Amino acid sequence: MTWEYAPAPESRAIANLKPGYRMFVDGEFVDGTGEPLKSVNPATEEVLAEVSTASAADVDKAVKAAHRAYDKTWGRMPGAERAKYIFRIARMIAERARELAVLESLDNGKPIRESRDTDVPTAAAHFFYHAGWADKLEYAGYGPDPRPLGVAGQVIPWNFPLLMAAWKIAPALACGNTVVLKPAETTPLTALVLAEIIQQAELPPGVVNIIPGAGDVGAELVNHPGVNKVAFTGSTEVGKVIQASLAGTGKKLTLELGGKAANIVFDDAPLDQAVEGIVNGIFFNQGHVCCAGSRLLVQESIAEELLDRLRARVSTLRLGDPLDKNTDIGAINSREQLTKITELVAAGEQEGAQRWTSPCPLPDKGFYFAPTVFAGVTQSMRIAREEIFGPVLSVLTFRTPEEALAKANNTPYGLSAGVWTEKGSRILWLADKLRAGVVWANTFNRFDPTAPFGGYQESGFGREGGRAGLEAYLDV
Amino acid sequence: MAGTTELTDVTRDEGALRRFLHGLPGVDAVGIEQRSAGLATRSIKKASKLRAIELAISMVDLTTLEGADTHGKIRSLCAKAKRPEAGVSHVAAVCVYPDLVATAKEALDGAPVRIASVATAFPSGRSSRQVKLADTEFAVAQGATEVDMVIDRGAFLSGRYGQVFEEIQAVKAAAGSAHLKVILETGELATYDNVRRASWLALLAGGDFIKTSTGKVSPAATLPVTNVMLQAVRDWHGVTGELRGVKPAGGIRTTKDAIRHLVAVNEVAGPEWLTPDLFRFGASSLLNDLLMQRRTQLDGHYSGPDYVTVD
Amino acid sequence: MSDRVPVSKTYKLYLGGAFPRSESGRTYPVSDAKGRFLANAAQGSRKDLRDAVVAARGAFGGWSGATAYNRGQVIYRVAELLEGRREQFAAEVAAGEGVPSRRAESLVDTAVDRLVWYAGWTDKIAAVLGGANPVAGPYFSFSVPEPTGVVGVLAPQRSSLLGLVSVLAPVLAVGATAVVVTSQDRPLPAITLSEVLATSDVPGGVVNLLTGHTAELAPWLAAHADVNALDLTGAPAELRADLERAAAGTVKRVLRAPSTEPDWQERPDIRRLRPLLETKTVWHPMGV
Repeated sequence: MTWEYAPAPESRAIANLKPGYRMFVDGEFVDGTGEPLKSVNPATEEVLAEVSTASAADVDKAVKAAHRAYDKTWGRMPGAERAKYIFRIARMIAERARELAVLESLDNGKPIRESRDTDVPTAAAHFFYHAGWADKLEYAGYGPDPRPLGVAGQVIPWNFPLLMAAWKIAPALACGNTVVLKPAETTPLTALVLAEIIQQAELPPGVVNIIPGAGDVGAELVNHPGVNKVAFTGSTEVGKVIQASLAGTGKKLTLELGGKAANIVFDDAPLDQAVEGIVNGIFFNQGHVCCAGSRLLVQESIAEELLDRLRARVSTLRLGDPLDKNTDIGAINSREQLTKITELVAAGEQEGAQRWTSPCPLPDKGFYFAPTVFAGVTQSMRIAREEIFGPVLSVLTFRTPEEALAKANNTPYGLSAGVWTEKGSRILWLADKLRAGVVWANTFNRFDPTAPFGGYQESGFGREGGRAGLEAYLDV
Repeated sequence: MAGTTELTDVTRDEGALRRFLHGLPGVDAVGIEQRSAGLATRSIKKASKLRAIELAISMVDLTTLEGADTHGKIRSLCAKAKRPEAGVSHVAAVCVYPDLVATAKEALDGAPVRIASVATAFPSGRSSRQVKLADTEFAVAQGATEVDMVIDRGAFLSGRYGQVFEEIQAVKAAAGSAHLKVILETGELATYDNVRRASWLALLAGGDFIKTSTGKVSPAATLPVTNVMLQAVRDWHGVTGELRGVKPAGGIRTTKDAIRHLVAVNEVAGPEWLTPDLFRFGASSLLNDLLMQRRTQLDGHYSGPDYVTVD
Repeated sequence: MSDRVPVSKTYKLYLGGAFPRSESGRTYPVSDAKGRFLANAAQGSRKDLRDAVVAARGAFGGWSGATAYNRGQVIYRVAELLEGRREQFAAEVAAGEGVPSRRAESLVDTAVDRLVWYAGWTDKIAAVLGGANPVAGPYFSFSVPEPTGVVGVLAPQRSSLLGLVSVLAPVLAVGATAVVVTSQDRPLPAITLSEVLATSDVPGGVVNLLTGHTAELAPWLAAHADVNALDLTGAPAELRADLERAAAGTVKRVLRAPSTEPDWQERPDIRRLRPLLETKTVWHPMGV
């Protein structure tokens, strides 16, 4: 028999959506003098709110406010006092978790299940974790009195809008820096609610400034001479531009860029969990994840069986309204991204890979892409080399551990990798030899504020999280 | 996974059986628990909830397995099984000790409720093969249409798979046309790998259902364990084309729990398993909670325990 | 009888454990601090540099895969051999840098001590910079520092031995491999050091030393896609920004040059180790 799940939508009213959002500078919400942008719900293509953006003059104001705050309050404040402010933020995010989750799903298109169970709680956890560091930095291994850098200019992507803001702001504040953060053009709303929380938590004005805008505002920010440290999460392409533009300036830089992670499945893997891990690896957040397991490397002897199981499992994924609590796959964040995914999928077909797409129905409106698995992929195809940043998996096979390793490492990226086998020594052999900043063995896409995250090679440099993550915000 | 032809070979001898069972893919404990927790977040509301409640009621093996059971207790259990309350169709079966099967048969009086009897020195299974078979034959002779046997966990845990296999086959033969449910007592098997192996062992030996627990050992039915067993019947179907059933028993007391299990049935095994022929709940107090939640769905306000009958 | 005519040395490159001439056939004259001719040094070319990167990449697996204990012993062995040729190095440093022989000896001694300092680091880095991550879930998670790969080093221009050792030893200690462009005008101690390396237990290709014109070689090194990190310590000031920009093309880790060459006799710290390390975080479930 069939048993349909009735729609179980989270109420959109919980988001407290406002018609307009303003930027947050020097402790106040103010109108930016840039061209306002309209944030769109990618699930319906409707405009959610108008958001004022920063002009070059606004960037300057924000940086100056951050400098004043650094000089007058935050930079001088004892760590124990800074800690209490940051703890407050953690608590207040938890208090407004449901509101933030709904707003995030509206603005980003991600399923409410993920914003509720991952994005928002992990964001709160990042503040809570880093708060505790603020008065213990002398134990972090960077010398007896590690000093902050000053003003951190931070630019974040649209895939985890609130969580990335937390990853950036929490360590910066804990280490004694002040912040000017630019959220992504398509997803500015939760960062501005975070600004509200920061205001309610009574952080001194200017300690955190949030200035929406497009890439030009980001460029203005990172190149502002008053910025002492730049942190960027986004594409490798833009990361390279930023690194080049900062050449010779002496600004400290950390980059968290793209990836093309291999998820390696051996014939002795716990198969059902491997299937779950593959699904989570590539379809979590519609595949809009820099560390997504976008290249499945499966041992040839089990490839057929694994693919059968995988296709059966992917067919059960429920695509649709991001606010429905039973939705597994939400909307693609923007039309632009949908076009990019569509284009790369066409390239995959053209280059001879065998496409399978889940038969799940697609909503009439909104930006959606059904989960897609390409079999018969070879390393030279674009879908095996380029970051698709969408729900598209490329499946390749291997015969020996050495071959799996060689193929896994055969990419200019190096952010993450997965290994599935019940053989402990093989896990550790691969964990040692994979050129990737995060290796998930018999699991995938786990994140924690205590665990450093970041890439090798063209996936960037510097780490976020853990003791290692503090280095990015200290003059050491 | 072996193909159909190889399956006849794997039970050839003890060694082949061991190699097969140990060759099954492992189960990562954290992974299966996480998947189960994920399924548990499904939000089942409105019409789909009512549908689930009615389905769950039809899947209940209404059970009493107490030393204090009496004919009177069995009669009232059967009355509840036949007509849980006005307007609610019967449950799948009653489940009783062998000596009370005749009473149940009489009380059910031809109603379409099946009579399950535990047998084989339930719940420990610690007796001679002879006693276990006699127990089974007695239950069937008394009118049991389903036999819930226990496996010899001692033999399983010491690796004597052949012995467990043969015993299931022997009980199956003794049970004749009665449906055989094989209780793995997963709480004593300790690992998900063992649950998977025991599931396959029972399926290979001809069990019509694999059942988690006796209800006398904690933990009894948990969502991850049920999931591993659902994967086994799914994979068995993939290899043989045959449909076998799963029965979680013990510990499922609330509608919420039952619905979580149904979600697992739907998404792990598949919608074809959403029938009392292939999925049962071994339970006693669950039924009243299902009835109460059904009222809530129909009446549009919350119900209370005084509005469902205590039998 | 006249005095014996000394046999002078032909200074060559050190590539992949061998001592080739530059493929370009070029040399350039090297003078002492007073402008007197000392020797002709090989003038490395971009093709030599390319070969050096190939050699360094080839050696990376073995060197990074060697046990930390082994790497420590190998670096310590380099210190032993350097100590054994103390007089030779002191003479070359004195000539090249124009310092009194006492000062030159002190610089050589510090270079030896520097190697010993880094030799002791190899098996402590993981414990000091890595560790277990107490994640909120049923997982064991740990982070380990790992060598970044091939490191391009523009060696200090002034401190021909101590400066060189101070930038090279951390590369060796973390388990990375090096392509070094030596001090342009004071290259001779570097070549003598390569003789020490060749006769020590440092595998061929782990260290590659190119003499030549820094400004000619540096852009090729900075832009080379198979180089993971770039140490700009000896980069000419006017080139530094360009080199950093070139390094961005493949997202290299860049150790920026201090505005003036540091006093290498100051006590070292781990600032030179950290940028050469990648932190790798590994997760595994804990379950039965």
